[in-house]
Amino acid sequence: MMSSVPRPARLSPADLIRLGMVGPRTRTLRSVLSALGVALGVAALVAVTGISASHQAHLLDRLDRLGSNLITVSPGVDVDQRPVPLPKESVAMLAAVAPVETVSATGATQADIYRNDLVPVTQTNGLSVRSARLDLLGALRGNLRVGRWLDRATERLPVVVLGSEAADRLGISGPGERVWLCGKKIQCGWFSVLGILAPNPLVPEIDSTALTGRPQATARLGDDGTPATVYVRTHPARVTDVQAIAGATANPAAPNLVSVSRPSDLLKARAETKTSLEGMVLALAGVALAVGGLGIANTMVVGVMERRGEVGLRRALGARPGQIAAQFLIESVMLGLFGGTAGALVGGATVHLYASVKAWPTAVSLTWVTAGPVMAVVIAAGAGLYPALRAARMSPTEALRSA
Amino acid sequence: MTAPCPEPLLLLENVVKTYPGHPPVHVLRGIDLKVRRGELVAVVGPSGSGKSTLLSLIGTLDHPSSGRILFEGHDLAHLSGSEIAALRAHRIGFVFQQFFLLPAQTAVENVAGGLLYTGEGPRRRRERAVEALQDVGLGQRLGHRPEQLSGGEKQRVAIARALVGRPALLLADEPTGALDSVSGSSIIDLLRDLNTKGTTVMVITHDRELAESFPRRVGIQDGQVAFDDVDDRWPATDSRAAGTRPRA
Ligand SMILES: Nc1ncnc2c1ncn2[C@@H]1O[C@H](COP(=O)(O)OP(=O)(O)OP(=O)(O)O)[C@@H](O)[C@H]1O
Ligand SMILES: [Mg+2]
Repeated sequence: MMSSVPRPARLSPADLIRLGMVGPRTRTLRSVLSALGVALGVAALVAVTGISASHQAHLLDRLDRLGSNLITVSPGVDVDQRPVPLPKESVAMLAAVAPVETVSATGATQADIYRNDLVPVTQTNGLSVRSARLDLLGALRGNLRVGRWLDRATERLPVVVLGSEAADRLGISGPGERVWLCGKKIQCGWFSVLGILAPNPLVPEIDSTALTGRPQATARLGDDGTPATVYVRTHPARVTDVQAIAGATANPAAPNLVSVSRPSDLLKARAETKTSLEGMVLALAGVALAVGGLGIANTMVVGVMERRGEVGLRRALGARPGQIAAQFLIESVMLGLFGGTAGALVGGATVHLYASVKAWPTAVSLTWVTAGPVMAVVIAAGAGLYPALRAARMSPTEALRSA
Repeated sequence: MTAPCPEPLLLLENVVKTYPGHPPVHVLRGIDLKVRRGELVAVVGPSGSGKSTLLSLIGTLDHPSSGRILFEGHDLAHLSGSEIAALRAHRIGFVFQQFFLLPAQTAVENVAGGLLYTGEGPRRRRERAVEALQDVGLGQRLGHRPEQLSGGEKQRVAIARALVGRPALLLADEPTGALDSVSGSSIIDLLRDLNTKGTTVMVITHDRELAESFPRRVGIQDGQVAFDDVDDRWPATDSRAAGTRPRA
């Protein structure tokens, strides 16, 4: 009687994973080092995208606090590129629009601001002097860095409240210091600093402005009551409606010569743009991933050569070439998975650390946290393919003899 | 020679192995050999005579250039690659001079690995590995790693791994080659013991004295069978016994 040929058997997934661990268990340090490359790549991917997402979350957060219902109305330019001033009534007209909640404005003056009376008049530092209504700070939801805001008494005095940028450019650090206000059509004089505003990303033009009270500006700085910029807070749900009619309301005679904008749009757009630095770091992360793949490929090739004896033995124990290939491919994939997961963890921790130092909310991009390890696995699988096939193609006798 | 079993376990007919090259290497030049179930065969011959090549052809690790090999009545040339692999997994055990134990695995894990490609589940593999280690006298060394074992103990683990699947044929290529004479002869005693329990064993050895103690000795020279001696008084009882032997 001829006995029947035994049936070929398959390896269970658990057995395959155990086989994939044979190499890393034997050469742990080498395996960890070889997974370091993809780990770095994935960590960089997760960190850069996470830090940028955290920064964006921070900006949008701040935008939320500053309110996205602010509309600015300012003079447009005519065909000759000359600014067309807003009518004096425009503030009252805008305030009469139903969904408008608050209106405030700055007024133009004839003055420029200098550190002292010795600075040449042409050196204006790009700063402007405006008159401010008392409710301006509230309308902008602005904050003071130091000092005080204008009130009923101080709006009549020769005092200024400086935007943060204006204070920095003039070299003023606190209230009480004096600045020199001067202009062709006005009488020059000393003003003392009452307070300095915190930066306001919603209305960056205020940052480089010095503000005085309206009575003082009218009396000494040539403010004729023409608004420089009107700031309009609307009902949050009616912003676009108000935006659409603001031009015609402010200047019914020439609606097209009014510039209307919603600063939060700009800020949001800025928050969402990617910087070129980010692109560069992402490219570097890609390079690290590729180099990491080469590292894994190298480790696997060396491992297969060193383990010829094991390959020959497994063939003698009944392994088919495909099972040998699967073993080494899985080992490679596990290196990628290990590196990728470790990298994602390190990247996430980096984002958290950076964000908490900057007092930003932590926003780790879930897409990259999953895509990173997946990319690492795909790269590792590619890297392991050649060594795995090479192991599978070894002749068992040669493998046993040369081991 | 009357066969106790009508069908031999192993039958080689005019087996030739030539490695191509300039000039081609004629390693085996027409081997005829019949091995019955339960036999204990020593394969002897000078270095380079083709003993290892013969064993790997018998073990299906390589194909002959021409000629036929029948294992349990199956012509190996007619089996597919995966059938051949399954045959190795279930019916043939190998023992090598270099042991080939996995350094990061314990004795039990190494032995259980001998069943990995048979389709047996992990728990059963482990149970059978423990039994096999007890059979070779290493019941106290289950959790030891190869580096914690002596050479003789390592070879016992390797033998347990070869036997854990209860193969019909055990092939050993110089199993004592890396051992001192005391542990070497205890390994031979172990193989002899396994043979009396029913496994067919073929052992390549350089040790003439050891070979003399085997009931059958096949001499290979220049890729041919130079002699094939069978004792009438087998199985022998003492590994050092070197009795007179009639030429077959
Ligand atoms: N792949 C190959 N290509 C060419 N020649 C080979 C190859 N494999 C083996 N040989 C040759 O075949 C001959 C027999 O080798 P084999 O290993 O079978 O000898 P052996 O009898 O086992 O020797 P030893 O006792 O030294 O182990 C040797 O001369 C060897 O050089
Ligand atoms: Mg040999």
